[in-house]
Amino acid sequence: MADFETPEVKEYLDMPELKPGAMSHSKPFVSRDEFQGPLGFPGELVDDWQNVALAKLAELLNTNRGLKVFMDSCVKCGACTDKCHYFLGTSDPRNMPVARQDLLRNVYRRYFTWPGRLFPKLVGAQDLTEDVLDQWYSYFHQCSECRRCSVYCPYGIDTAEITMAAREVMNAVGKGQKYSNEIIGKVFKIGNNLGLPQPALLDTLEGLEEEVKEDTGVDVRYPLDEKGADVLLVTPSADFFAEPHVDGLIGYGKVFHQAGISWTLSSHASEAANFGLFIGSQENMRKIAMRVREAAEELGVKRIVFGECGHAWRVAYSFLNTLAGPFDFLDPRYPVPQHICEVTHELIQRGALTLDKSANDHRRVTFHDSCNVARASRMGNTPGGQFTIPREIIQAVCNHYYDMPPDTIGEATFCCGGGGGLLTDDLMELRVKGALPRMQALRQVVEQEGVTHLAAICAICKSQFAKVLPYYGFEMDQIVSVHQLVSDAIVLEPARQNT
Amino acid sequence: MTFASIVFAVLFYGATAVLLIGVGLRVARYARTPAPLKIPTTPAPTSRGGVIGRMASEVVFFHSLFKANKWIWILAWVFHVALLLVLLRHLRYFIDPVWEWVVLIQPFGVYAGFAMLAGLIGLWIRRIFVQRIRYISAPSDHLMLGLLIAIAASGLAMKYLWHVDVTAVKVFFVGLMRFEIHPLPTEPLLLLHLALVVALMIVFPFSKLLHAPGVFFSPTRNQADNPREQRHTSWAARVEHTGAAAAPANRGGPVPNARSED
Ligand code: HEM
Ligand code: SF4
Ligand code: SF4
Repeated sequence: MADFETPEVKEYLDMPELKPGAMSHSKPFVSRDEFQGPLGFPGELVDDWQNVALAKLAELLNTNRGLKVFMDSCVKCGACTDKCHYFLGTSDPRNMPVARQDLLRNVYRRYFTWPGRLFPKLVGAQDLTEDVLDQWYSYFHQCSECRRCSVYCPYGIDTAEITMAAREVMNAVGKGQKYSNEIIGKVFKIGNNLGLPQPALLDTLEGLEEEVKEDTGVDVRYPLDEKGADVLLVTPSADFFAEPHVDGLIGYGKVFHQAGISWTLSSHASEAANFGLFIGSQENMRKIAMRVREAAEELGVKRIVFGECGHAWRVAYSFLNTLAGPFDFLDPRYPVPQHICEVTHELIQRGALTLDKSANDHRRVTFHDSCNVARASRMGNTPGGQFTIPREIIQAVCNHYYDMPPDTIGEATFCCGGGGGLLTDDLMELRVKGALPRMQALRQVVEQEGVTHLAAICAICKSQFAKVLPYYGFEMDQIVSVHQLVSDAIVLEPARQNT
Repeated sequence: MTFASIVFAVLFYGATAVLLIGVGLRVARYARTPAPLKIPTTPAPTSRGGVIGRMASEVVFFHSLFKANKWIWILAWVFHVALLLVLLRHLRYFIDPVWEWVVLIQPFGVYAGFAMLAGLIGLWIRRIFVQRIRYISAPSDHLMLGLLIAIAASGLAMKYLWHVDVTAVKVFFVGLMRFEIHPLPTEPLLLLHLALVVALMIVFPFSKLLHAPGVFFSPTRNQADNPREQRHTSWAARVEHTGAAAAPANRGGPVPNARSED
């Protein structure tokens, strides 16, 4: 099914021999006019693209302190060189984080620093040529913006920020990526990434209600656009029907039902994902984020809760207050927004949920920390809650839980290989190869602990794993939603009164 | 007053001005540029105090580097601590009478010279022989190590091989600080050592040595993780700023006529 070889999973991760140019052919489809326009970007490469690109870069350097500091500060120490899953999986040295940064930094040096203007060869400065733009397009679409490198850099240089800046510059000259930009357009037009209009959502949710009724005999509701509900749930649209996502959505509904919390989804904000982040466009990110605020105001809810999605939680947790706040019209007793795991965890702690762990006895579970949750957000009140809370939930609903090796989880977690706007079929080779470090860690617990399932709290991770697990000899249904495990263990009682 | 004294006096005044003004302007630029969004690398401290602790562990112990790679860490840490000691030891050439603690660290300062050299050579060996690090190195990265090694080696050579009249050197530098020019000894090794230091001071604000001020401005390290509790609002600053940046003159902007052939 593919013209590349799946990397071999060894006992331990090898440090690859460098293979320069090994992935220079990897490029996602270029966006077209119809997808660029709605986002405010030119439809094709503009005539004086170099000047436009440099002007855009100047603007970003003047408006983003991180970018400016990161451009200047790298000492080429090499600490980050072996930290990127795409480097480990492809052996292409351009996928070493610092080498990826240098694609932009070399141009920065050439046009914005004296040594680069005067002695370009000496400092590795480069003119912004068509060839360079081509390399940008290739390698800035081989970064999932996972921030693993930023954990290890002595100055916290975050290649994700640099990738975002480069993508923003590319969009400004009309060389955008089709996958991300088309999806953002769908959110503006219809309300979600998948382009599901309100009637289709209603239909799906009614189907879920019937399904749960059939399975459990209980009337669990999956409401849409219900004014006056306490909680607005914003969840990635993949949760409406993709596998295993939808089993997670079923789980959220059961949790709310069991806790007696009234809740609703919104068709206006029927998408938690915010691909504005991926393309580094703060304007587009803000427009998408505003939909959540608008929905909350319109429906008159008291709380906003986000479903399982990694980058969505980053935007929600870290940026929503900045982009669409202040949220002083919501109930001040709850943080804005909350993660569904925070809600479920708190209910479990209070003993508000009846759980039958044995329902999951056929599973031996491990947990994949999604990069944006791990390294760009938090859950609960203490740093690191994003690691403990999901694990405590799983351990409350499963008898068999095992962690993968410590250098592959927590803040050191490896990306699934499909994040950051790369979850598209035109990048399949990259996605498969980038999954290698995670697959290697998974194999270890599969062999040593007999692990059967990989649980995740990210729509992208779930889709990516469903696709790449088979390449590595696993089954696609070995990836599960955390709230799917909750869903299976929860003992439902017929309707409870709203509190 | 010799020709050399005048030349070196001018060089040191010039280099000091370039260093202070250059770094000052950079720092001002960093401080002025808005950080539109909250992007600390998490788990991150949730309070100002916690952030100060995190920053201290980065600056003093190179904590992230320690997590990343023990070899680079030990070499880098030894080099920097030694550099600090060496710099402090040099205070005796500028201060009269010499502070008590500067006298106390003198012997350590000498060992530090060797440690610094060892650390730098170790880093250079890695840069040359580790394929990944060689790949990311520009000629300037090698030159920077060469420059520092040359400074350290010429300094140690004066201490152990070809002695220099350090009292006269002190008279020269104390004089400079009072805007007087006194004779500078003209041993070639001393002049070489001083010329290299001048070069280092001049390249500092234009090179990767900006990592020293830069680390304090890195948003992934200096922001507190409290976006839900406290609304981060420099977003607005960014929007205003963008408007300003769209105006015709953009500071440090691109040179016109980007050349496309190479
Ligand atoms: C706040 C003060 C400083 C901090 C926290 C700091 C930290 C670091 C760290 C963590 C590294 C990376 C590891 C390495 O490659 O050595 C590094 C590299 C380096 N630092 Fe500093 N540094 C500081 C000040 C200075 C100063 C004042 C100098 C100047 C002369 C300097 C010169 C260098 C050089 C040349 C390298 C690159 C070494 C190489 O090529 O491998 N640093 N610094
Ligand atoms: S952010 Fe992640 S994908 Fe991008 S360079 Fe760093 S480690 Fe690699
Ligand atoms: S770890 Fe940081 S300073 Fe070191 S090479 Fe990588 S980006 Fe540069």
